[in-house]
Amino acid sequence: MSDEELRVSKIRNGTVIDHVPGGHALNVLSILGIDGSEGLGVSVGMNVASDRLGRKDVVKVEDRELSQSEVDVISLIAPEATINIIRDFEVIQKNRVDRPETVIGLLRCPNRNCITNDDEPVESNFAVVDDGVRCAYCGTIIRDSLADHIDPE
Amino acid sequence: MRQDHLISANQLSRADIEAVLDRAAEIDADPAAWASAHDRAVLGLCFFEPSTRTKMSFETAIKRLGGATTDMGSVESSSVKKGESLADTVRVVEGYADALVLRHPSEGAAKMASEFVDVPVINAGDGAGQHPSQTLLDLYTIRENVGLDDLSIGIMGDLKYGRTVHSLAEALTNFDVRQHFISPESLRLPRGVRFDLHQSGAQVREHTELDSVLPDLDVLYVTRIQRERFPDETEYEKVAGEYQIDTEMLAAAGDNLAVMHPLPRVDEIDPAVDSTDHATYFEQAHNGVPVRMALLDYLLEEHQ
Repeated sequence: MSDEELRVSKIRNGTVIDHVPGGHALNVLSILGIDGSEGLGVSVGMNVASDRLGRKDVVKVEDRELSQSEVDVISLIAPEATINIIRDFEVIQKNRVDRPETVIGLLRCPNRNCITNDDEPVESNFAVVDDGVRCAYCGTIIRDSLADHIDPE
Repeated sequence: MRQDHLISANQLSRADIEAVLDRAAEIDADPAAWASAHDRAVLGLCFFEPSTRTKMSFETAIKRLGGATTDMGSVESSSVKKGESLADTVRVVEGYADALVLRHPSEGAAKMASEFVDVPVINAGDGAGQHPSQTLLDLYTIRENVGLDDLSIGIMGDLKYGRTVHSLAEALTNFDVRQHFISPESLRLPRGVRFDLHQSGAQVREHTELDSVLPDLDVLYVTRIQRERFPDETEYEKVAGEYQIDTEMLAAAGDNLAVMHPLPRVDEIDPAVDSTDHATYFEQAHNGVPVRMALLDYLLEEHQ
């Protein structure tokens, strides 16, 4: 399905995150720390038909060009995602996401006894390993449902 | 050994371990020669949980190197009681000491502490995480008794929450050791430790019963199964009873089997075992002093 047929309109300037697995658009926004309070225009298409993914989500963020390091974290839940940088309605850059080496401050360690869950001035820090992420402090490994561990704070 | 801190056993290479053990052997042979090796050093003791062996052996170790200790005391009597964070506590104690020994109930506490201070931090136990200085004295004891290569070791008891087990298993991957883990299903090794063992290509087998593997072992490392890990008393009694050692059971073991235990024991090892040649646990506890002297010597030297 082409962009023209999507239920959400084109944007003039900003970033389009395409090929997000169906149902994960809001998790992508959480990862990017976008909750609407920034005043950015945000459009979300969910469960759109896709040749590659069957059903996909699309996220469009107006007037903000996301950097590669910002979007790489998305690869943890959307390894097939593509990042389109839009200027004056034209795609001027198209990138795939790469797996980052670490994920800092985004996830909450599921080990309640981990020091990052105490009232200490420390951010969560996960190393990206073969099939998941691993807490740099307590060694706990998260393999499944990474989005469930996104820290809402 | 080139390390700023000792946080986890998996940061130690074979060369690091051998350097500390060799230095410990030198110290053991002639302790008096080290009596003023660090005569101006002050070791900060931050124990947020009770400790007997670890704390006392670190105190003895620094004193035998000519140094002294400063002790934050119990949590009840310290600023922690007033709500002070660990990050603040260690930054304060850093000003009073040349190195810190930290025991804390949260996993990752020592790593975090090491990020806030410039003096060496030694992890003396972080929750169910790691206890790497115990591992160094365990390895020293193993080396003294049966050597550290071409070895079969059985590690038995609470493998899930036992921090001495996690550190020992990871450190042993530096040597030619076959590791057998013996525990109830509910107390098997945690995923993170399995991951490290798998990554290092270690030879690992898991068992629920000791009988089948006992005759092949050179070392049996026994740990305490704690009552609080079980939802009810009956289940605890049932499980704990299956992982106890007595002289009758040890009849099936090789003559040179060394039985080790990080102590304290409750009833995992029958006192009758104490008088057999297998009993190595008190020697193991005594080795805490020369090994911690060697460790402190390296870290303080490195930091100067």
